[in-house]
Amino acid sequence: MRFRGNLGSYLVTGPFAIVLAFPFYWMLWTAFKSDRDLYNVDNIPYKFSQGSPTTRNFSFLFHHTEYPTWLKNTVIVGLIVVVITLALSLPAGYALARLSGRFGQSLGIGIFLTYLVPPTLLFLPLSRVIADLGLQDKLASLVIVYPSFTVPFSTWLLMGFFKTIPVELEDAARIDGASRIVTLLRVVFPISLPGILTVVIFSFSLVMNEFVYALTFITTSSQKTISTGVFTELIRGDVFFWQGLMAAALIPSIPLALLYNVFLNRFIAGFTGGAFR
Amino acid sequence: MEAASAAQSRPRHRRNFLEERRYLAPALIAPAIIFIAALVGGPLLLAIYLSLTDATAGALGGKWVGLHNFIEAWRNPVFRKALGNTILFTVVSQMIVLVSAGLLAHALSKPFRGKWFLRFLIILPWAAPIPLGAVAWLWMYDSLFSVVNWTLVHDLLPGPGSLHLYKIVNAVTPWTIQPFDPPQWLGEPNLALGAIISVHAWRVIPFATVIFLAGLASIPSEVDDAAKVDGATGLKKFWYVTLPLQLPIATVALLFGIVFTATDMTVVYILTRGGPFNSTQMLTMWSYQTGINAGSLGEGAAISLYLLPVLIAVAVLMLRFARRTEVS
Repeated sequence: MRFRGNLGSYLVTGPFAIVLAFPFYWMLWTAFKSDRDLYNVDNIPYKFSQGSPTTRNFSFLFHHTEYPTWLKNTVIVGLIVVVITLALSLPAGYALARLSGRFGQSLGIGIFLTYLVPPTLLFLPLSRVIADLGLQDKLASLVIVYPSFTVPFSTWLLMGFFKTIPVELEDAARIDGASRIVTLLRVVFPISLPGILTVVIFSFSLVMNEFVYALTFITTSSQKTISTGVFTELIRGDVFFWQGLMAAALIPSIPLALLYNVFLNRFIAGFTGGAFR
Repeated sequence: MEAASAAQSRPRHRRNFLEERRYLAPALIAPAIIFIAALVGGPLLLAIYLSLTDATAGALGGKWVGLHNFIEAWRNPVFRKALGNTILFTVVSQMIVLVSAGLLAHALSKPFRGKWFLRFLIILPWAAPIPLGAVAWLWMYDSLFSVVNWTLVHDLLPGPGSLHLYKIVNAVTPWTIQPFDPPQWLGEPNLALGAIISVHAWRVIPFATVIFLAGLASIPSEVDDAAKVDGATGLKKFWYVTLPLQLPIATVALLFGIVFTATDMTVVYILTRGGPFNSTQMLTMWSYQTGINAGSLGEGAAISLYLLPVLIAVAVLMLRFARRTEVS
């Protein structure tokens, strides 16, 4: 009986896992192929032949393209956006979690709903604003705009986390003479560290997923992030540098996916918690 | 206690001010609200304003033209194609997502060996950045070196491959599979539509699955026991117990899926840029081409604003469900 239940699970998850993970397997496979091997229709794509596997594509990517610069830009933008996001959403999330009554709840949902306003609705007016500010082609434009979707999202997640912290804990600290701000910094934030880390990971991931703003605001190669750099710079006209493209796609995907998995359960708890509970 | 802490903090005025709840809460929330108002609210209003003027990328101040841009956009057959495709992509991909995620969540809710690894593989498309995932699909749907086609031609169809799956199909079903030319996934209008839907579904299935899983996990075990006592099993239990309890959270997942798909430009931009011949055009892509490439900011803004009713509907539904789960 138990075995039959297991078998069913494998029969469902197995094929799905193969289809869903296949593009990543294919990135890995392609990244190690030589030109002679890859661009020959007679070769079996699932096997390595002439000149493969090779690490030449990786060294080409890192030494002859601006890929390292895009990685660096992505990390810089990601880190600054994370700092801005935490500075704005930590206090707001806390206050919303502790505000009792209808008003606090409505405000929380209101902030969350702004996350539903997509970049594709805002990129035209924002491109205008960015141009007027003289920030075109500068990483600063992304740093300013990206918190517009990380802040609502993070505030919502943090609100859910803070709700799980018992108020009694804060009361105890306050009886010992700590002020509200000190209580927040010394008691509430430290025990919320898992929640805060979750927000860091997911804000970073949202930054790497963003495409439309990066495409609209940045045209100089040296200022691009990986989300647009890989696609717009490694394809020149109709010349596709496929092995490099696949290597470039694989390198950031795997560490991010691993981190994502570690924090997934907390993410779900925060996402489905909040005001939907 | 209140009095004691108030007395302690009296010497410093600023601290005293922050001790008061009615000042502290606004002080903590205000920066986030102001920021969101400036970067979401402001641009949204600006988008509405732009859509009512003939602003272009070059000239800053446009003339007021009323609803001209909206009417002009509607008259263009490309726009209507884009609108239809946006609906088609969203509806079809979300139907695939709901069925797949339902099956997956059900299977993953049971314990079995290697579950962690399988779950990791299933979540990959959602965890990896979509601009990079879409590039992989571009390669997999390549006109000459498509691995999808190679697999189809060599394993499913008669050819020099090894699996010859077509023989099973030919033997078991009344249909006979004949060899055919490898399809041009991104070159033929109908296939390109299918290709884009497949990537959207691929992307959202993991997200819906984890949300469904959370929904299943939140059903208390007492409910399970009670159902067992009442003799509800299998399909009956699913229909009368599991489904109603899971519906609110499943709806939230669906609403998110709709927003992600309908407002996404990344997949279409990377795979087809709306081609061939605008056959896979979406509202977002058409708005980008009109507003940025052609420089008609006003009309571009008008095109993207056609998405607003959908978003408002989703927002209203979400509020409904938020209230309902709150009551129960």
